[in-house]
Amino acid sequence: MSNKLRVATCSLAGCFGCHMSLLDIDDKIIALADKVEFDRTPLTDIKRIGRCDLGLVEGGVCNAENVEVLREFRRHCTTLVAVGACAINGGIPALRNHYPLQACLDEAYLHGLGVEHPQIPNDPELPLLLNKVHPIHEVVRIDHFLPGCPPSAETIWTFLEALLSGQPVEFTYRQIHYD
Amino acid sequence: MLKHFTLDGKRIPFAEGQTIMDAAMAAGEYIPHLCHNPEFAPHGSCRVCTVKLNGRRVAACTAPALDGAEVENDTDELRDERRTLLQLLFIEGNHICPACDKSGNCQLQALAYYCGMTAPEFTHRYPLRPLDASHPDFVIDFNRCILCELCVRASRDADGKSVFAIHGRGIQAHLAIDSPSGKLGDSKLHKEDRAASVCPVGAILPKHTGYAVPIGERLYDRKPISVAGDVSDHRKDSS
Repeated sequence: MSNKLRVATCSLAGCFGCHMSLLDIDDKIIALADKVEFDRTPLTDIKRIGRCDLGLVEGGVCNAENVEVLREFRRHCTTLVAVGACAINGGIPALRNHYPLQACLDEAYLHGLGVEHPQIPNDPELPLLLNKVHPIHEVVRIDHFLPGCPPSAETIWTFLEALLSGQPVEFTYRQIHYD
Repeated sequence: MLKHFTLDGKRIPFAEGQTIMDAAMAAGEYIPHLCHNPEFAPHGSCRVCTVKLNGRRVAACTAPALDGAEVENDTDELRDERRTLLQLLFIEGNHICPACDKSGNCQLQALAYYCGMTAPEFTHRYPLRPLDASHPDFVIDFNRCILCELCVRASRDADGKSVFAIHGRGIQAHLAIDSPSGKLGDSKLHKEDRAASVCPVGAILPKHTGYAVPIGERLYDRKPISVAGDVSDHRKDSS
């Protein structure tokens, strides 16, 4: 076994923007690859999560699968981090909390502009939607929060560097933003 | 002869009748505040400006300065409490910063940055509140209203119109508009009114100017509120 930190990442009700921001650390990703090993993440395409030191979760929870994945992450990760506005307060997907779920489905699949063959998807393989979108700290305990839409590459790198070296996480003023 | 109190050990002079906030502002010292705007009578409702006056918590904007008093302001304990108050304000309404044109120019957000809030770590209420776009020059989004009553005070005391009022109590409290239909478009609010540009958050937003200044170049994107000052100090540049 290598003594590299094992890291898992996932995007729940998010847009993968936070993952893009992680990749935006540019050549530091080489330094990162020396120190960490990726477990389940869209970067490796590994589907099942193993024991991990760090889990980075993008997106809030909007369906039953999100809740299941999030709980799996909590069970397997020593440190779990909410990455980005959606994980932290629901973000843009939480704008649907203003409307009943049925109204959202009707608008998207029955009455919306440009809808052809209107029908609400009902395949048993599709995860069931929750009535509301929730931030992840309402479902599991979260150890750190990285705000931003997305958090900048610099913020993510500051966090990872502090965590990898066992130092307390401290951000400069410009590294904390919610937009 | 001027009287003095100490603010985190610094001597602050004050005149009879001044509050702790008045004296601190006059001396160029920053006490975080949200519902306070020196143009209007203090309201004391947000409690973000809570300081310790001789060991006892008071709202700096309403508490009269006391000769010889010791006032604590910038301490870890008070910063933690302010952060909790801000978190509660965030979860009580619907504050989705990436979808709000006030982001970067918002005093609620700026204070949360200043107090080091990385997340509102409580259970979100996600209340159902309306949006009123009936006025030709302004949108009012009740989701973002923090009930600071600055528009209420400005409309009543500066504009002499009383377009706004708070109705209901406790969690039912909400901003109401004085017009036959209850809509902003039927009210007497004019775009030159003080009440129209006093909102510290994104509840009352001007129309036709959306994203004129890009995110990243706004008031609090580069400088903390303790340096950049209140939204009201910049109203000519931002409107």
